[in-house]
Amino acid sequence: MDLQELEKRFQEKIDKEIKIEPNDWMPDEYRKTLIRQISQHAHSEIVGMLPEGNWITRAPNLRRKAVLLAKVQDEAGHGLYLYSSVETLGADREATIDDLHSGKAKYSSIFNYPAVTWADIGTIGWLVDGAAIMNQVALCRCSYGPYARGMVKICKEESFHQRQGFESLVTLCNGTPTQKAMAQDAMNRFWWPSLMMFGPSDDESPNSAQSMKWKIKRFSNDELRQSFVDATVPQAEILGLTIPDPNLKWNEETGHYDFSPINWDEFWQVVNGNGPCNKERIEARTKAKEEGMWVREAAMAYAEKRALKKTA
Amino acid sequence: MSNREWPLWEVFIRSKQGLNHKHVGSLRAPDATLALANARDVYTRRSEGISIWVIESNNVHASDPSDADSLFEPSDTKVYRHPTFYEVPDGIKHM
Repeated sequence: MDLQELEKRFQEKIDKEIKIEPNDWMPDEYRKTLIRQISQHAHSEIVGMLPEGNWITRAPNLRRKAVLLAKVQDEAGHGLYLYSSVETLGADREATIDDLHSGKAKYSSIFNYPAVTWADIGTIGWLVDGAAIMNQVALCRCSYGPYARGMVKICKEESFHQRQGFESLVTLCNGTPTQKAMAQDAMNRFWWPSLMMFGPSDDESPNSAQSMKWKIKRFSNDELRQSFVDATVPQAEILGLTIPDPNLKWNEETGHYDFSPINWDEFWQVVNGNGPCNKERIEARTKAKEEGMWVREAAMAYAEKRALKKTA
Repeated sequence: MSNREWPLWEVFIRSKQGLNHKHVGSLRAPDATLALANARDVYTRRSEGISIWVIESNNVHASDPSDADSLFEPSDTKVYRHPTFYEVPDGIKHM
């Protein structure tokens, strides 16, 4: 069968909503796009543990501490489901991780912002996990089977992440004026970076059309961003927090909220390595890999020695 | 040996007594003991299961998707393997 015929059959399967599985024929570009997207998604889960992990020892009480530990452990699990799904495409897990450390691979730019107060932890759960869920729910129907299945499991687990964040903010917003001000300050810093999580606007996102055709993506960046704003504004009202956008208002005609243009200069600065924490995040990940190397080597040597004894 | 990766393992979980073990994903581990321990942490954080199997991925032998037609088409064409193929007179019960 020639390439053209294979590509035609592939697209027919996609159009008929038949999932693509690891050993099925797929265009090189489909494979490459997925390896890039899934590995960067995995990196985001792993790097995302850093800003929150920082607060585990400083959580205000035992309940919040147990919750935060469970959440951070989930993020590790999510990273591992995703690395396992990227390996089904023939990618080398460690090579994708080395690409993260060398700066070749990206991760969600949101994790380059620091979590400086306790209110940031609630806000990250509410806004950052909320935005991630909006993206990931759409990915549950991705044409690539292992990715879609991983997303289903991740989405089930993430809804607790968003709710615990919101609950923590309800407590702060019903607390002292200082606590409420701390929540507002976190909102002010995280609102715009959360909207940026959906990526460049549609007219600046050249690969989107192909990804939509292959049903890797189901909704455009701008559509998902709009859904997130529409879902989140009423939640902010319940908290009594002000969204830091003077142009935010309900539009009767469109049935959506209008909002100000996004500062894309800031977005590209952070993506390209100049955010407040880019350097720190990559250093932490590189250090973890290098300093854990001897443990992994020792475990492997032990396993080999035991296997040898068994056969001897 | 610093660049050698731990082997890949496929993870299967029995969600409850009476059901089959079902494939849930994979992970890397140096040996079976640690593969089981990691599978417990990675794949069963919310009472997903009561039993885990791990199998080194290179021990899994799979059919080739491009053979699917010749392998499975014969079972599609044998409609007489299904009870609905047969007509029985009206009024027959328990059949």
